[in-house]
Amino acid sequence: MTVYEPWNATRGTEIIAEHAHLEGATLVILHALQQAFGYVPEPAIPMIASALNLSRAEVHGVFTFYHDFRHKPAGRHVLKLCRAEACQAAGGDALTARAEAKLGIAIGHTTPDERVTLEPIYCLGLCATAPSAMLDGRVVGRLDEARIDALVAEAQR
Amino acid sequence: MRLRVFVSCDAGAVAVGADEVAVMLERAAAQRGAAIEIIRTGSRGLYWLEPMVEVATEHGRVAFGPVTEADVASVLEAMLADGPHALRLGLAEEIPWLKRQTRLSFARCGVVDPRSLGDYRTHDGYKGLERALTLTSDAIIADVTASGLRGRGGAGFPTGIKWKTVAQTSADRKYIVCNADEGDSGTFADRMIMEGDPFVVIEGMTIAGVAVGATRGYIYIRSEYPHAVEAMNAAIVEARRGGYLGAQIGGSAHSFDLEVRVGAGAYVCGEETSLLESLEGRRGIVRAKPPLPAHKGLFGRPTVINNVLSFAAIPFILAGGAKAYADFGMGRSRGTMPIQLAGNVKHGGLFEVAFGVTLGELVDDIGGGTLTGRPVRAVQVGGPLGAYFPRALFDTPFDYEAFAARDGLIGHGGIVVFDDSVDMSKQARFAMEFCAVESCGKCTPCRIGSTRGTETIDKIRAGERVTENIAVIEDLCNTMKFGSLCALGGFTPYPVMSALKHFREDFGPAPTHLQAAE
Repeated sequence: MTVYEPWNATRGTEIIAEHAHLEGATLVILHALQQAFGYVPEPAIPMIASALNLSRAEVHGVFTFYHDFRHKPAGRHVLKLCRAEACQAAGGDALTARAEAKLGIAIGHTTPDERVTLEPIYCLGLCATAPSAMLDGRVVGRLDEARIDALVAEAQR
Repeated sequence: MRLRVFVSCDAGAVAVGADEVAVMLERAAAQRGAAIEIIRTGSRGLYWLEPMVEVATEHGRVAFGPVTEADVASVLEAMLADGPHALRLGLAEEIPWLKRQTRLSFARCGVVDPRSLGDYRTHDGYKGLERALTLTSDAIIADVTASGLRGRGGAGFPTGIKWKTVAQTSADRKYIVCNADEGDSGTFADRMIMEGDPFVVIEGMTIAGVAVGATRGYIYIRSEYPHAVEAMNAAIVEARRGGYLGAQIGGSAHSFDLEVRVGAGAYVCGEETSLLESLEGRRGIVRAKPPLPAHKGLFGRPTVINNVLSFAAIPFILAGGAKAYADFGMGRSRGTMPIQLAGNVKHGGLFEVAFGVTLGELVDDIGGGTLTGRPVRAVQVGGPLGAYFPRALFDTPFDYEAFAARDGLIGHGGIVVFDDSVDMSKQARFAMEFCAVESCGKCTPCRIGSTRGTETIDKIRAGERVTENIAVIEDLCNTMKFGSLCALGGFTPYPVMSALKHFREDFGPAPTHLQAAE
């Protein structure tokens, strides 16, 4: 599991300033903030806008367009299951249903104890060793029932 | 004697335990007091044999695979004694699946250490750039044109023409952009080459920069590929250190530098104009064309935007290989295509081969059929926007025009294999649903059509007025195909219509109005 800093405006300003000089810096800054805090805190949006001389609406528009950026922190562990065609062909749908049942949540949600966020991902590029998953940045292929159970158990720890 | 052992660090190999195998090998060797050097390479692309371990011998590299942690000790013994082992595959380059290929772009992938510029140069790296630096812009572009290379991202536009347009457009600044937003399911060639031979992409982009007079480049890599991002960043640092990026590259008058930018999970950013918007820091909304990116691309400047595989083909072509490249292939599809076999397939992986091989050869012969052992019922070629082909079309040669003639596309060269348990109406629904989720929202046919399409397929699946609703789907697909701004809305009809056409039985009972009264 990844440990994030709590939101802090001074630190946020520093991160924004570090990248503001780049061409087309908005996505770079959003990524950097999420890497530091685990999500993009709402107060950061007007700060980015002011640093890049954009409107708040423009930055909000970018923030909400991309699936990656989080509005609030994820669970302590993030388990991403590939739902695209190659993994479907290799039996991925049944494994997703199994993970959902074990965790008691639908994909796209976080367990009530905030331990595990279960997310779909559309292709990890591990299509020749499908079905595949990613647990906190670690890739796992050739999933079967035993492997998905082990991943879920590891995420719940 | 020190044992030189090669283990892949490719994400596909790591996902099935390559890291653990490398650690165990190191440990087992230490326990036994054997001197060992482990070199992490990219993957050869024989994924059913990963984790594959190779050892250098006087005859060449001998491969073992798939090696699990439990096999490590015995494999190490076999390597030390050059003895037999159940997992011993013989000389890696003699493995028939690899030997049958024509590896031009992927010649080094799985062979070299992707972090080593020295390794790259020893294996013919930077020969293309060195020659390009002695040529005029026109001569470089003439080579690219002569090779017959067409955009490997899927559209198949002639690369030479694109470069020529940018070269002839004057501006204060020009850009080279590499589209590494490989979002299509069933494709992983971009990821493999970035992880296994990143310098070839850098060299290809640098040659493009020299050819068109651009000094700055971006590689836009999807966030789902953290290993590729890391490998490309490391290689860029190395190339800079070696004088191959930055001011006066390779001692010439040209300057060129590169930066990696990471996407954020939007499939539509694989579409070139969305990608440019995203690089500029905006929502990935498709731009209407014209103007072409070659005239007004990134930040309004003339821009060469090509796929990873297009750039990866360039160094071979510029190293004097233009004619050799063009001699491979069929019709207007020249050269080789790194084809990716994926999904429910026995021998999945990367198969680089000249255009012209048939779909049946690829799936049955090279792929070995399904992993489950059940009959192959359908294959989807070219990603989520590619058509589903039944066995009846397995005689289709891998060629841009041949696939188009049968209402399909080769796209980025991915083939996803499905067995007879597949429900094709479910796959058609998924195509519409995926388009609805990923639509950028700019044009109506894509934004609204995909949602209405999902709902209508749901009705068909529920048996509700099947014939009428199929007519609605056909009409809707026509609107999307001809009315959408980009390939997302424009090509979603391919999987939907092909599923309907070739697998009609999965969409409920066929109309029975001509049946005689009993």
